Amino acid sequence: MFHIYCPYCEEHREEEEFHPKGQAHIARPADPDACSDAEWGDYLFFRDNPRGIHHELWVHAVGCRKFFNITRHTVTYAILETYRMGEQPTITAESLASGEKAGNVQAASGGQQTVGASDAAVASVKGAQA
Amino acid sequence: MSQSSSQPNRLAQGGRVDRTRKLTFTFNGKRYTGHPGDTLASALLANGVDVVNRSFKYSRPRGIVAAGAEEPNAVVQLGASEAAQVPNVRATQQALYDGLEARSTNGWPNVQRDLMGSVGKLGGSFMPPGFYYKTFMAPASMWMTYEKYIRKSAGLGRSPVESDPDIYDHLNQHCDVLVIGAGPAGLSAALAAAYSGARVILCDEQETMGGSLLDSRETLDDAEATRWADAVIDELASLDNVTLLARTTANGYHDHNFVTLHERRTEHLADVAPRVDGRRQSRSRLHRVRAAQVVLATGAHERPLVYANNDVPGNLLAGAVSTYIRRYGVAPGQKLVLSTSNDHGYRAALDWHEAGREVVAIADARDNPDGEWVEQARAAGIRIITGSAVIEAKGDKRVSAARVARIDIDGFRVAGKAEELACDTIASSGGYSPVVHLSSHTGTRPVWRDDILGFVPGDVTGLTPAGGAHGVYALDAVLEDGVAAGNRAAEAGGFPAASVNLPRASAHRESPAVALYQVPHEKPTLRAPKQFVDLQNDVTAAGIDVATREGFESIEHVKRYTAMGFGTDQGKLGNINGMAIAARCLGQTIPETGTTVFRPNYTPVTFGAIVGRHCRELFDPERYTALHQWHVEHGAEFEDVGQWKRPWYFPRTVNGKKESMHEAVARECLAVRQGVGILDASTLGKIDIQGPDAREFLGRIYTNKWAKLAPGRVRYGLMCKDDGMLMDDGTTSCLGDNHFLMTTTTGGAAGVLEWLEIWHQTEWPELEVYFNSVTDHWATMTVTGPEARQLLAEITDIDLDKEAFKFMDWKEGNVAGVPARVFRISFTGELAFEINVQANYAMHVWKTLFEHGEKYDLTPYGTETMHVLRAEKGLIIVGQDTDGSVTPEDLGMYWAIGYDKPFPWIGKRALSRPDTRRVDRKQLVGLRPHDPGVVLEEGAQIVFDPEQSIPMTMVGHVTSSYYSPVLDSGFALAVVKGGHHRMGETVYLPMVDGKVHAAEIVSTVFYDPKGERQHV
Amino acid sequence: MSDVRMFDSRPATAVDAESPLAVSNLAERARRSAADPGVTLRERAFLGHLILRGGAIVLDEAVREVLGVSLPARPGALVHDADGERSIQWLSPDEWLLIVPEGEAYTLEKRLRDALGDAHFAIVDVSGGQTLVELSGPRAREVLMKSTPYDVHPRHFPAGKGVTTTFAKATAIVRRPDEELWELVLRRSFADYCYRWLVDAGEEYGLAVEESGR
Ligand SMILES: [Zn+2]
Repeated sequence: MFHIYCPYCEEHREEEEFHPKGQAHIARPADPDACSDAEWGDYLFFRDNPRGIHHELWVHAVGCRKFFNITRHTVTYAILETYRMGEQPTITAESLASGEKAGNVQAASGGQQTVGASDAAVASVKGAQA
Repeated sequence: MSQSSSQPNRLAQGGRVDRTRKLTFTFNGKRYTGHPGDTLASALLANGVDVVNRSFKYSRPRGIVAAGAEEPNAVVQLGASEAAQVPNVRATQQALYDGLEARSTNGWPNVQRDLMGSVGKLGGSFMPPGFYYKTFMAPASMWMTYEKYIRKSAGLGRSPVESDPDIYDHLNQHCDVLVIGAGPAGLSAALAAAYSGARVILCDEQETMGGSLLDSRETLDDAEATRWADAVIDELASLDNVTLLARTTANGYHDHNFVTLHERRTEHLADVAPRVDGRRQSRSRLHRVRAAQVVLATGAHERPLVYANNDVPGNLLAGAVSTYIRRYGVAPGQKLVLSTSNDHGYRAALDWHEAGREVVAIADARDNPDGEWVEQARAAGIRIITGSAVIEAKGDKRVSAARVARIDIDGFRVAGKAEELACDTIASSGGYSPVVHLSSHTGTRPVWRDDILGFVPGDVTGLTPAGGAHGVYALDAVLEDGVAAGNRAAEAGGFPAASVNLPRASAHRESPAVALYQVPHEKPTLRAPKQFVDLQNDVTAAGIDVATREGFESIEHVKRYTAMGFGTDQGKLGNINGMAIAARCLGQTIPETGTTVFRPNYTPVTFGAIVGRHCRELFDPERYTALHQWHVEHGAEFEDVGQWKRPWYFPRTVNGKKESMHEAVARECLAVRQGVGILDASTLGKIDIQGPDAREFLGRIYTNKWAKLAPGRVRYGLMCKDDGMLMDDGTTSCLGDNHFLMTTTTGGAAGVLEWLEIWHQTEWPELEVYFNSVTDHWATMTVTGPEARQLLAEITDIDLDKEAFKFMDWKEGNVAGVPARVFRISFTGELAFEINVQANYAMHVWKTLFEHGEKYDLTPYGTETMHVLRAEKGLIIVGQDTDGSVTPEDLGMYWAIGYDKPFPWIGKRALSRPDTRRVDRKQLVGLRPHDPGVVLEEGAQIVFDPEQSIPMTMVGHVTSSYYSPVLDSGFALAVVKGGHHRMGETVYLPMVDGKVHAAEIVSTVFYDPKGERQHV
Repeated sequence: MSDVRMFDSRPATAVDAESPLAVSNLAERARRSAADPGVTLRERAFLGHLILRGGAIVLDEAVREVLGVSLPARPGALVHDADGERSIQWLSPDEWLLIVPEGEAYTLEKRLRDALGDAHFAIVDVSGGQTLVELSGPRAREVLMKSTPYDVHPRHFPAGKGVTTTFAKATAIVRRPDEELWELVLRRSFADYCYRWLVDAGEEYGLAVEESGR
């Protein structure tokens, strides 16, 4: 049972009020028709599964009904930060690896890994959330 | 004096029991007496009951070993009546009450004369080490065979077969500091945290708070330690920022400091919770605690030494001997031999001696022990045999002697000739294991510390261990550690550290302990008499030895191979010894062998407490429409649709006989086709959409076009996920240029609203639009059938003329004097009006319709008739005719796909993926069985060639199938590979009973193919 | 926002109305109320419930003009107007709940719409979709602790606060208008379940049910 800080309600709430919605920062390609089948398939079906830092989209379903992002450690389940839609994480696998962010969290190997997708596909769908 | 004869082991004085009152109880059918303040275990020992169980695997007689949660043997079945049966109760944790009835969990037919025991070592060869492992690897049927026999003979407790008369509940708790354990560390931690101003919960699993202070030899401020404990408990109870929970076990430590506490509220009173002022109270309560900080003050469990026949009744933990004497006034024997590796064990001998019983000898594994308690024992004239240990117990149902020999710990061998000492009790102490269980529930591994010869909790965010759980054992240090932990936890929550005036503890000098786990025997481990490591699961040192020889090198594998630490025991006494033995066998250190993982629950929790009040009529929410009461009063049979209770059909009683579902549905169908029927459609999801970009948004989220839908008009829409698969459907009405009312399926309501929000909030926040659920605000009544217009016209001011109020129009007006929005849409294929009114007025409108509907024989119908009628028209139900792998094209609904809309709407791109373009996709078709009397089974698989060999190639399945009263035949909707191009072909449906049905692929529209009836 | 179709859902002449708890038969339970109740439960049926959506700055001006109170901008804030009959509660950064006496909802919506003019906002009448239940008495907080995981301790839940949270296996808005009173805003379809849950939870403390006040 996670205890999750909702950046809109500005307090911690019980996990049962929230729904997880998968990996965060998956932008819908602006021009789907310009995507190859592989690129479109990557956007639809392929997600990271890191051992360590993961950015996730959640919704405060029984609460403010707002979507927001969680940076979570998939091994310790520690929630390192939550941030609103449109914002970028301040803690990432990279920042932890390079020691930018101190704290008691160990950077796990892995980081962002997109299975089965070409670099081009990754680039086309990994754009920051508007 | 009669008292002492009825309780032969009860001391004349001492302990916290009330000797002036007697409690009667039975164990295995025999009557005994005890006193308030006793546990079942202390009362059994007072009465001289040696054998309390038979062992699980070897069926050996077993007695009480411990005094707390770590007790492996005295696991009993409780309850005077069938309904009140409780399995797996530890006698050491069960307070005695008058009339208590308990039985041994194991031991068929009885613990004294056991069938398995009489066939000697049957258990031994029947279940060698690795039995479970190998059995589970074998075909499942083997386990089924063994299981019955094992359960019958060994017993694993028995659940009642009657309904539980008690209730259980949950309480959600929040605190700044949760202190688990109310011994010296917990009490001082709670004091510090409480004085800091934090909200504190202090829980303790025992009947009385105080922990080790309750049987301590030490003094605090020159008084008995219990005095200080009692004063602190009173003090804490007086503070309104402190919640005290006795008889409350912290069972599970979950993510982010969520801790479940199991409070046993009435189990010390009776086996069925007594009423209070005539009101029910819960028998036990699960506190769901969200703690900002946790202080783990769970103390330490003493480790027994592992020597031959260490399971014979009369072998106890040294600390338990002290507890029984000092806390319960019970000396569980006459002649004691103590085997110890440390000074603490000496307390048992000193207490025994002071109780006036004989201490035969103390075997101390150390060569030169010189601590204060050692000196006290010497001064008392007790014989101390140094450098030695009990290597074997003698006796069958009770210890008769101890064989003591000099041992070489490093060489793991007996170094001298054994001396046999007659005695009836052997106490052993191998040191302490901090109770780290809860900390490891989080997945954090405990950390080995050589200096204390034990594991301490690993780093858990928000958790501070204190006292014994922290590897701190000296009383003065424990108290200080408690204050430090309490302050640290409070400060983490922003409270100022508090100073606590700690009492002065009687300091005493200790000599260092020695690491001793398994005691060597003259014979090698595999041939020596059994040396038990895990008494509950009958795991021996030899079993672990065998496991390592068979190649199981990780302690996790050894555990699974031997069953060590399984079940309700969770390795409280045995795990460390087991790891030490595995380490020795593998030539490793304990930390190299691995750390041990404990899982919730710490001790068994009754299912009732986990369920709480979420049972029976409160099991799950039942959602009612505003018309529910009418449906109940009119005999509706209900169907669960999600959490909604929807009328399924309304059986009438004809000639004193209630209609069957088939009869009722046939009648309801014909009423709609020929007269007029009415459906409560209030459960449909309704979403109010306002904003200048509402129309644009609809165009992006639906597959079809919305740009030109004028106010007053209604349109059916399909909603896909971006993979092109249909997720929901429904009608959306244009209320104003910037205002729409969307309907969703009953089950899809919440999901669709979240779907709209996710796109708005994450992708298109620039669109000016708001979505709000109005599902519960409106009640919806569908009046449908050829006579619908005439009926409605009687009670509305809306012009229902076919030209004024066209199909797919909506109008505003009054119905039965209530403001209404009426939608002319049809899910039956007949003329239909969906009347929406504010739900508070729905019953009035509904009843008025029936008053006027009498002459039309207005027929209420339910979901079953709705399904038949819509299927006759080929109208799909999302989730029944679709399953997340069906595109609008697969449904043949090209007319609802806006290929040329400007925005690349959700689901469009996926329709041109190679997989969605396959010509052999499963496509929705109608099926007409060759035999009209056949109603195909929903879910039945379809094949093209019934003569092919099994396994046949399946090409689709039936999604909806009914008997049609208007067609007087069965009919079905199905998905069939390439079905749209197979009109007129015959497919086959082989059934389980060997029958093969043939059916023709036809259009999905079975009735009124031109759709004229809804346009009248 | 003339392109939005307002709808006055109340009949011009009175007809029988049934609140969401009509099905629960409170009158019958009221007759079996405890003499010295630890918790008292009362439905306040047929109040006007409006959802107000929009930006806080835009809405604040209109709310002050129409209701004479500022829009509560802090998460979880609940405020009442001068005579305590009308309340506004923060539900989300762009969503507020207005609860007003019976019969006022439509007029209020109209006045707010007039005040808001062409701004981007939404007002939705949900009066038929929910009901308000009052909980009072010395043990009311314990009944809530049995029902919701939200922390209802006075340090964490002072008067003037309200939250949407889980309630048993349903959801509810939990509000604390003043020190002595708790309010639950229940969805119509879940109201009977929540009511039965409350009656069960309150039993051990002695429960009184007062018939619904209009
Ligand atoms: Zn929120």
